[in-house]
Amino acid sequence: MKYHIASLFAGLIFGLGLIVSGMANPEKVLGFLDIAGAWDPSLAFVMGGAVVVGLIAFTIARRRTLSFLGFNIKLPTNTQIDKRLVVGSMMFGVGWGIAGFCPGPALVAFGAGEIKGVVFVASMVTGMILFEIAERIRASSGHNA
Amino acid sequence: MIEIAWSQFTPGTALTGGILIGLAAASFLLLNGRIAGISGILGGLLTPTRSDILWRIAFLAGLIGAPAIWTLAGQLPPIEINAGYPALIAAGLLVGIGTRYGSGCTSGHGVCGLSRLSVRSLVATLSFMGMGFVTVYVIRHLIGA
Repeated sequence: MKYHIASLFAGLIFGLGLIVSGMANPEKVLGFLDIAGAWDPSLAFVMGGAVVVGLIAFTIARRRTLSFLGFNIKLPTNTQIDKRLVVGSMMFGVGWGIAGFCPGPALVAFGAGEIKGVVFVASMVTGMILFEIAERIRASSGHNA
Repeated sequence: MIEIAWSQFTPGTALTGGILIGLAAASFLLLNGRIAGISGILGGLLTPTRSDILWRIAFLAGLIGAPAIWTLAGQLPPIEINAGYPALIAAGLLVGIGTRYGSGCTSGHGVCGLSRLSVRSLVATLSFMGMGFVTVYVIRHLIGA
């Protein structure tokens, strides 16, 4: 139960942070990505603020095997830099540049009842489903790329 | 020469929001021992196991519920979505497929990955940010949309 309450709490604070920061506004995000136009560097401060807090948290987490609630700390172990990582991230970047939405802010816009946010999230989830289908086909045909 | 949009520049709220996002990621890590990666939390619901459905839903409920909680205290800042529907649908598919294929988005690779000094996440972040800059340049300055 406390695991789920902590999850709800983290999601809520994350969402409020996205709203305060301006990340939840696609036009603001595109203003940051538009270096050749009138550039709005604000979002660099979002990333900077989040990473400074994150650095402290991960420094603490690395010294522990259990979380403060007594759960196993599961950190990613994959360090491979491969085609999947780069091509996938580049595809994501193109989509981010078209609409100004990455997954978190899109879910916030969805929650705010923005119809365009709902359409984006529906399309994003469809993309995730297509990925799972492609993975299954690949696994069953025995390919490893 | 880079021209700064000073009228749009909001370093204070950007930094505050960034710190909140960092605190959300930190609490998720230090309480539940997990990485707060939005695309992974959402995408994991598509191939659910019994033990992890509920916390994923709880986190997403917090994120999606953030605008509603915000409006209890004040007016929600504008969410300006200027992309048309075909562009939103294409962008959503790219973000959905790309974040799953690349194993992360702005939160998992960007905030959490950089915070734990992961080279893999740095490569992913440079890939999606790079393509974000290129895509906005192409759309706004080459095509002129």
